[in-house]
Amino acid sequence: MSTTLATAGHGHAEHDDGSMTTVGFWIYLMSDCLIFATLFATFGVLAGATAGGPGGRELFGLPFVLTETMLLLLSSFTFGAGMLGAAAGRRRVLVGWLAITFLLGLGFIAMEVHEFVELIHDGAGPSRSAFLSAYFGLVGTHGLHVLSGLVWLGVMMHQVLRFGLDGIVRRRLACLSLFWHFLDLIWICVFTFVYLREFTP
Amino acid sequence: MSHDSQAHGSMRSYVSGFILSVALTLASFGAVMSNVVPANGRLALIVALCVAQLFVQLVYFLHLGSARSQRANTAIFACTTFLIAVVVAGSLWVMHNANVNMMPMPLSVHQAMMHE
Repeated sequence: MSTTLATAGHGHAEHDDGSMTTVGFWIYLMSDCLIFATLFATFGVLAGATAGGPGGRELFGLPFVLTETMLLLLSSFTFGAGMLGAAAGRRRVLVGWLAITFLLGLGFIAMEVHEFVELIHDGAGPSRSAFLSAYFGLVGTHGLHVLSGLVWLGVMMHQVLRFGLDGIVRRRLACLSLFWHFLDLIWICVFTFVYLREFTP
Repeated sequence: MSHDSQAHGSMRSYVSGFILSVALTLASFGAVMSNVVPANGRLALIVALCVAQLFVQLVYFLHLGSARSQRANTAIFACTTFLIAVVVAGSLWVMHNANVNMMPMPLSVHQAMMHE
Protein backbone atom coordinates (compact mmCIF):
# COMPACT_ATOMS: atom_id res chain seq x y z
CA MET A 1 0.00 0.00 0.00
CA SER A 2 2.80 2.36 0.85
CA THR A 3 4.44 1.94 -2.55
CA THR A 4 1.19 2.58 -4.44
CA LEU A 5 0.61 5.77 -2.52
CA ALA A 6 4.21 6.89 -2.81
CA THR A 7 4.34 6.49 -6.59
CA ALA A 8 0.78 7.51 -7.39
CA GLY A 9 1.59 11.22 -7.49
CA HIS A 10 3.96 11.88 -10.38
CA GLY A 11 5.65 8.60 -11.04
CA HIS A 12 8.97 9.85 -9.69
CA ALA A 13 9.47 7.28 -7.01
CA GLU A 14 13.13 8.17 -6.66
CA HIS A 15 12.23 11.75 -5.70
CA ASP A 16 9.57 10.80 -3.23
CA ASP A 17 11.72 9.68 -0.34
CA GLY A 18 10.01 12.16 1.92
CA SER A 19 12.59 14.91 1.60
CA MET A 20 10.50 16.87 -0.91
CA THR A 21 7.48 16.51 1.36
CA THR A 22 9.37 18.01 4.28
CA VAL A 23 10.64 20.88 2.09
CA GLY A 24 7.04 21.50 0.99
CA PHE A 25 5.87 21.40 4.58
CA TRP A 26 8.65 23.78 5.53
CA ILE A 27 7.35 26.23 2.89
CA TYR A 28 3.90 25.96 4.50
CA LEU A 29 5.45 26.69 7.90
CA MET A 30 7.22 29.74 6.49
CA SER A 31 3.89 31.02 5.10
CA ASP A 32 2.46 30.45 8.58
CA CYS A 33 5.39 32.50 9.86
CA LEU A 34 4.16 35.38 7.70
CA ILE A 35 0.69 35.13 9.26
CA PHE A 36 2.30 35.41 12.68
CA ALA A 37 4.54 38.25 11.46
CA THR A 38 1.45 40.30 10.50
CA LEU A 39 -0.19 39.46 13.84
CA PHE A 40 2.98 40.52 15.69
CA ALA A 41 3.14 43.73 13.63
CA THR A 42 -0.52 44.43 14.45
CA PHE A 43 0.16 43.80 18.12
CA GLY A 44 3.22 46.03 18.00
CA VAL A 45 1.19 48.88 16.51
CA LEU A 46 -1.73 48.47 18.93
CA ALA A 47 0.19 47.55 22.09
CA GLY A 48 -0.25 51.03 23.55
CA ALA A 49 -3.90 51.44 22.53
CA THR A 50 -5.50 50.37 25.79
CA ALA A 51 -8.44 52.80 25.44
CA GLY A 52 -8.31 53.61 29.13
CA GLY A 53 -8.59 49.92 29.97
CA PRO A 54 -6.10 47.68 31.73
CA GLY A 55 -2.60 47.27 30.27
CA GLY A 56 -0.35 44.26 30.24
CA ARG A 57 1.29 45.04 33.56
CA GLU A 58 -2.00 44.73 35.41
CA LEU A 59 -3.17 41.68 33.47
CA PHE A 60 -0.21 39.36 32.99
CA GLY A 61 1.47 37.21 35.64
CA LEU A 62 5.03 36.40 34.65
CA PRO A 63 5.45 33.22 36.79
CA PHE A 64 2.34 31.86 35.03
CA VAL A 65 3.81 32.63 31.60
CA LEU A 66 7.16 31.11 32.63
CA THR A 67 5.37 27.86 33.55
CA GLU A 68 3.59 27.83 30.16
CA THR A 69 6.94 28.42 28.46
CA MET A 70 8.59 25.55 30.32
CA LEU A 71 5.74 23.18 29.42
CA LEU A 72 6.11 23.99 25.73
CA LEU A 73 9.91 23.84 25.83
CA LEU A 74 9.86 20.48 27.60
CA SER A 75 7.35 19.18 25.05
CA SER A 76 9.71 20.20 22.24
CA PHE A 77 12.44 18.15 23.89
CA THR A 78 10.22 15.10 24.50
CA PHE A 79 9.11 15.22 20.85
CA GLY A 80 12.76 15.20 19.79
CA ALA A 81 13.43 12.22 22.06
CA GLY A 82 10.45 10.48 20.44
CA MET A 83 11.87 11.12 16.98
CA LEU A 84 15.12 9.43 18.06
CA GLY A 85 13.02 6.44 19.11
CA ALA A 86 11.37 6.51 15.68
CA ALA A 87 14.78 6.65 13.97
CA ALA A 88 15.83 3.58 15.95
CA GLY A 89 12.58 1.85 14.94
CA ARG A 90 11.39 1.54 18.54
CA ARG A 91 7.65 2.00 18.31
CA ARG A 92 6.76 1.81 22.00
CA VAL A 93 9.46 4.31 22.94
CA LEU A 94 8.15 6.66 20.25
CA VAL A 95 4.52 6.40 21.35
CA GLY A 96 5.54 6.85 24.98
CA TRP A 97 7.38 10.09 24.22
CA LEU A 98 4.54 11.28 21.98
CA ALA A 99 2.08 10.64 24.82
CA ILE A 100 4.22 12.72 27.20
CA THR A 101 4.46 15.45 24.54
CA PHE A 102 0.67 15.35 24.18
CA LEU A 103 0.14 15.77 27.94
CA LEU A 104 2.59 18.69 28.11
CA GLY A 105 0.86 20.36 25.16
CA LEU A 106 -2.51 19.73 26.79
CA GLY A 107 -1.21 21.35 29.99
CA PHE A 108 -0.12 24.38 27.99
CA ILE A 109 -3.53 24.71 26.30
CA ALA A 110 -5.33 24.26 29.64
CA MET A 111 -3.26 27.08 31.17
CA GLU A 112 -3.90 29.33 28.19
CA VAL A 113 -7.65 28.70 28.22
CA HIS A 114 -7.63 29.37 31.99
CA GLU A 115 -5.80 32.67 31.38
CA PHE A 116 -8.24 33.72 28.64
CA VAL A 117 -11.28 32.86 30.76
CA GLU A 118 -9.87 34.86 33.69
CA LEU A 119 -9.18 37.87 31.46
CA ILE A 120 -12.67 37.82 29.95
CA HIS A 121 -14.19 37.31 33.41
CA ASP A 122 -12.29 40.38 34.66
CA GLY A 123 -13.73 42.51 31.88
CA ALA A 124 -10.53 42.40 29.83
CA GLY A 125 -11.93 40.47 26.86
CA PRO A 126 -10.96 41.07 23.23
CA SER A 127 -13.60 43.79 22.83
CA ARG A 128 -12.23 45.92 25.68
CA SER A 129 -9.46 47.66 23.72
CA ALA A 130 -7.40 47.45 20.53
CA PHE A 131 -4.51 46.19 22.66
CA LEU A 132 -6.59 43.29 23.96
CA SER A 133 -8.03 42.51 20.49
CA ALA A 134 -4.49 42.24 19.15
CA TYR A 135 -3.42 40.20 22.19
CA PHE A 136 -6.24 37.67 21.88
CA GLY A 137 -5.76 37.51 18.10
CA LEU A 138 -2.05 36.76 18.34
CA VAL A 139 -1.92 34.49 21.38
CA GLY A 140 -5.20 32.80 20.38
CA THR A 141 -3.85 31.98 16.91
CA HIS A 142 -0.81 30.36 18.49
CA GLY A 143 -3.08 28.44 20.87
CA LEU A 144 -5.19 27.19 17.94
CA HIS A 145 -2.00 25.94 16.28
CA VAL A 146 -1.02 24.06 19.43
CA LEU A 147 -4.54 22.59 19.57
CA SER A 148 -4.24 21.36 15.96
CA GLY A 149 -0.83 19.96 16.90
CA LEU A 150 -2.48 17.99 19.72
CA VAL A 151 -5.08 16.54 17.33
CA TRP A 152 -2.29 15.62 14.89
CA LEU A 153 -0.27 14.05 17.75
CA GLY A 154 -3.27 11.89 18.66
CA VAL A 155 -3.71 10.82 15.04
CA MET A 156 0.00 9.97 14.69
CA MET A 157 0.06 7.90 17.90
CA HIS A 158 -2.83 5.91 16.47
CA GLN A 159 -1.13 5.53 13.07
CA VAL A 160 2.16 4.38 14.60
CA LEU A 161 0.36 1.70 16.61
CA ARG A 162 -1.94 0.71 13.74
CA PHE A 163 0.41 0.80 10.71
CA GLY A 164 3.87 0.68 12.27
CA LEU A 165 6.78 2.86 11.21
CA ASP A 166 6.46 2.62 7.44
CA GLY A 167 7.66 5.31 5.03
CA ILE A 168 4.41 7.27 5.04
CA VAL A 169 4.08 7.32 8.83
CA ARG A 170 7.72 8.39 9.15
CA ARG A 171 7.20 11.20 6.66
CA ARG A 172 4.13 12.44 8.54
CA LEU A 173 6.05 12.27 11.82
CA ALA A 174 8.84 14.36 10.29
CA CYS A 175 6.29 17.03 9.29
CA LEU A 176 4.64 17.00 12.71
CA SER A 177 8.09 17.31 14.29
CA LEU A 178 8.79 20.47 12.26
CA PHE A 179 5.33 21.82 13.15
CA TRP A 180 5.74 21.20 16.87
CA HIS A 181 9.22 22.76 17.09
CA PHE A 182 7.97 25.67 14.99
CA LEU A 183 5.23 26.41 17.56
CA ASP A 184 7.92 26.66 20.20
CA LEU A 185 9.77 29.22 18.05
CA ILE A 186 6.63 31.35 17.77
CA TRP A 187 6.10 31.11 21.52
CA ILE A 188 9.62 32.45 22.18
CA CYS A 189 8.58 35.60 20.29
CA VAL A 190 5.23 35.69 22.10
CA PHE A 191 6.68 35.59 25.61
CA THR A 192 9.35 38.13 24.69
CA PHE A 193 7.32 40.69 22.75
CA VAL A 194 3.86 40.25 24.27
CA TYR A 195 4.48 39.40 27.91
CA LEU A 196 8.00 40.45 28.95
CA ARG A 197 8.00 43.66 26.88
CA GLU A 198 5.03 44.95 28.88
CA PHE A 199 7.21 44.96 31.99
CA THR A 200 10.06 46.97 30.47
CA PRO A 201 10.04 50.76 30.66
CA MET B 1 20.11 6.63 11.74
CA SER B 2 22.90 7.74 9.45
CA HIS B 3 20.72 7.40 6.35
CA ASP B 4 18.35 10.06 7.59
CA SER B 5 20.20 11.95 10.28
CA GLN B 6 19.14 15.37 8.97
CA ALA B 7 15.62 14.81 10.21
CA HIS B 8 16.45 13.48 13.66
CA GLY B 9 19.67 14.81 15.13
CA SER B 10 21.04 13.04 18.19
CA MET B 11 20.18 12.84 21.86
CA ARG B 12 23.17 15.04 22.58
CA SER B 13 21.93 17.81 20.27
CA TYR B 14 18.44 17.68 21.82
CA VAL B 15 19.83 17.81 25.37
CA SER B 16 22.18 20.70 24.51
CA GLY B 17 19.36 22.57 22.76
CA PHE B 18 17.05 22.02 25.70
CA ILE B 19 19.56 23.15 28.33
CA LEU B 20 20.52 26.24 26.30
CA SER B 21 16.84 27.11 25.74
CA VAL B 22 15.99 26.77 29.43
CA ALA B 23 18.99 28.93 30.36
CA LEU B 24 18.05 31.62 27.82
CA THR B 25 14.39 31.57 28.91
CA LEU B 26 15.32 31.91 32.58
CA ALA B 27 17.73 34.73 31.69
CA SER B 28 14.92 36.59 29.86
CA PHE B 29 12.41 36.24 32.70
CA GLY B 30 15.12 36.93 35.28
CA ALA B 31 16.13 40.15 33.54
CA VAL B 32 12.59 41.47 33.77
CA MET B 33 11.49 39.98 37.11
CA SER B 34 14.60 40.89 39.12
CA ASN B 35 16.50 44.13 39.49
CA VAL B 36 19.83 42.81 38.31
CA VAL B 37 19.62 44.52 34.91
CA PRO B 38 19.17 48.31 34.70
CA ALA B 39 15.60 49.12 33.65
CA ASN B 40 16.47 50.91 30.42
CA GLY B 41 18.62 48.03 29.16
CA ARG B 42 16.01 45.33 29.69
CA LEU B 43 14.19 45.57 26.36
CA ALA B 44 17.38 45.32 24.32
CA LEU B 45 18.54 42.39 26.44
CA ILE B 46 15.33 40.33 26.12
CA VAL B 47 15.24 40.93 22.36
CA ALA B 48 18.86 39.72 22.11
CA LEU B 49 18.03 36.66 24.25
CA CYS B 50 14.96 35.99 22.07
CA VAL B 51 17.03 36.02 18.88
CA ALA B 52 19.67 33.82 20.53
CA GLN B 53 17.06 31.28 21.57
CA LEU B 54 15.49 31.29 18.10
CA PHE B 55 18.90 30.37 16.66
CA VAL B 56 19.48 27.70 19.31
CA GLN B 57 16.16 26.01 18.54
CA LEU B 58 16.57 26.35 14.76
CA VAL B 59 19.95 24.63 14.95
CA TYR B 60 19.41 22.04 17.70
CA PHE B 61 15.71 21.17 17.26
CA LEU B 62 14.96 21.98 13.62
CA HIS B 63 18.49 21.05 12.44
CA LEU B 64 18.69 24.04 10.15
CA GLY B 65 22.18 24.60 8.82
CA SER B 66 24.44 24.58 5.82
CA ALA B 67 24.43 20.77 5.42
CA ARG B 68 23.50 19.86 1.86
CA SER B 69 20.19 18.27 2.78
CA GLN B 70 19.19 21.37 4.72
CA ARG B 71 20.25 24.03 2.23
CA ALA B 72 16.82 24.43 0.63
CA ASN B 73 15.16 24.84 4.03
CA THR B 74 17.76 27.31 5.19
CA ALA B 75 17.46 29.39 2.01
CA ILE B 76 13.65 29.49 2.27
CA PHE B 77 13.99 30.46 5.91
CA ALA B 78 16.37 33.31 5.07
CA CYS B 79 13.90 34.68 2.48
CA THR B 80 11.06 34.45 5.00
CA THR B 81 13.12 36.24 7.62
CA PHE B 82 13.64 39.07 5.16
CA LEU B 83 9.89 39.27 4.43
CA ILE B 84 9.09 39.24 8.15
CA ALA B 85 11.57 42.05 8.77
CA VAL B 86 9.95 44.13 6.00
CA VAL B 87 6.40 43.45 7.22
CA VAL B 88 7.07 44.05 10.93
CA ALA B 89 9.58 46.90 10.73
CA GLY B 90 7.62 48.56 7.90
CA SER B 91 4.31 48.39 9.77
CA LEU B 92 5.79 49.77 12.97
CA TRP B 93 7.60 52.55 11.09
CA VAL B 94 4.63 53.60 8.96
CA MET B 95 2.17 53.51 11.85
CA HIS B 96 4.56 55.39 14.10
CA ASN B 97 4.86 58.13 11.49
CA ALA B 98 1.10 58.18 11.05
CA ASN B 99 0.67 58.61 14.79
CA VAL B 100 3.25 61.35 15.02
CA ASN B 101 2.31 63.34 11.91
CA MET B 102 -1.39 62.86 11.36
CA MET B 103 -2.86 63.55 14.77
CA PRO B 104 -2.21 67.21 15.46
CA MET B 105 -4.93 67.37 18.10
CA PRO B 106 -4.43 65.37 21.28
CA LEU B 107 -7.79 63.62 21.35
CA SER B 108 -8.38 61.32 24.27
CA VAL B 109 -10.68 58.29 24.09
CA HIS B 110 -13.07 60.03 26.43
CA GLN B 111 -13.29 63.11 24.20
CA ALA B 112 -13.65 60.95 21.10
CA MET B 113 -16.62 59.18 22.66
CA MET B 114 -18.20 62.52 23.56
CA HIS B 115 -18.10 63.53 19.89
CA GLU B 116 -20.41 60.72 18.82
